[in-house]
Amino acid sequence: MAPRKLYGMPLSPNVVRVAAALNEKGLDFEIVPVDLRTGAHKQPEFLALNPFGQIPALQDGDEVLYESRAINRYIATKYTEGPELLPTPSAKLEVWLEVESHHFYPHVSPLVFQLLIKPMLGGAADPVVVDKHAHELARVLDVYETHLAQNKYLAGDAFTLADLNHMSYLFCLSKTPKADLVASRPHVKAWWDDISARPAFQKTVAAIPFPPSA
Amino acid sequence: MAPVKVYGWAVSPFVARALLCLEEAGVEYELVPMSRAAGDHRRPEHLARNPFGQVPVLEDGGLTLFESRAIARHVLRKYKPELLGGGDLAASATVDVWLEVEAHQHHPAAGAVVKECVVSPLLGGAPDQAVVGENVEKLRRVLEVYEARLGRSRYLAGDLVSLADLSHFPIMRYFMDTEHAALVEALPRVKAWWEELAARPAARKVAELMPPNFGFSKKP
Repeated sequence: MAPRKLYGMPLSPNVVRVAAALNEKGLDFEIVPVDLRTGAHKQPEFLALNPFGQIPALQDGDEVLYESRAINRYIATKYTEGPELLPTPSAKLEVWLEVESHHFYPHVSPLVFQLLIKPMLGGAADPVVVDKHAHELARVLDVYETHLAQNKYLAGDAFTLADLNHMSYLFCLSKTPKADLVASRPHVKAWWDDISARPAFQKTVAAIPFPPSA
Repeated sequence: MAPVKVYGWAVSPFVARALLCLEEAGVEYELVPMSRAAGDHRRPEHLARNPFGQVPVLEDGGLTLFESRAIARHVLRKYKPELLGGGDLAASATVDVWLEVEAHQHHPAAGAVVKECVVSPLLGGAPDQAVVGENVEKLRRVLEVYEARLGRSRYLAGDLVSLADLSHFPIMRYFMDTEHAALVEALPRVKAWWEELAARPAARKVAELMPPNFGFSKKP
């Protein structure tokens, strides 16, 4: 059977979000490079996979999907081996999946772009943008801190997709000067220490081609 | 059995999303009014329901949910699962893709235009034309993809209507009242899709609670 193909750049946290899910389920896949720097994501070949021209896209047999969170739902639903990432019904899980998408992501994503990705592309972080999003992310993580004081994982007692969907950006954040946003919050830190120690995630990050530190 | 309760103000497109799903599923519910002006969403009893201090919140039996898209999924999974693609993995995966498209491609652009062109003036401000211009352009490109998509299937996720379509209704209800509605008018399939969406009995009912001026009275 042809291997699953994950289209994107191995450094992109949205691509890593999917890689993390594939690894949790013990699924084989290959990353097919789509280099944003050359505009490959706007070429007809890639637009045939994702008409919105963004990475990642996943090809799994006849199925072609895009939007990393939709891809992860599909992986969690289709593959029953490994941890149950999407036990249903779980209203709490659905809530925290949306919290990642609409409270966490809108602030962590520009932070990671400014502090990690822009410097790799030869640019400099914009301190106004960094401060604004760091401030907002701090307020969001205060809510997480309270929640994780009463819940071992976001949806309750077990690791689920709600936790997993945070991991690629949490990992990137940990490589920036704003890592203290997590490290300074005891329950958020304990949750991150726990989930990042998962063997599947160790495998995922080993494959991220971070450039050597200066 | 306790009825389903929705807390919030119906003019909010997020509250409207929850109400639309309840109406589509034919579920009896009680809308518990809250006042944004009075800061009801910041009071401790609301923060106990939603620590982010936002609306809507839904109570269903012993469950309390927030985030309108999570509420939408919960309501439809429980009361009308065919609107999520039913039990078919390929169908539900496609619904999920287009739900994410609504959340991450459509809403940021359409929501920004509504905020600048509708909400800002009601609050006594002026639209930031740079923001409007940027987001109209983004939305145009997004809707061109929708136009192509709707040439291949009757609805966004296939030949059956789904939450992927319905989820667009609330913000578009306001967007179509702006001068930028021309964007939609210029795309025949998107236009037809929108008109059909807006004509659904559930959408008409919810729209009655969503006056174009968000219920603000114009300040002198």
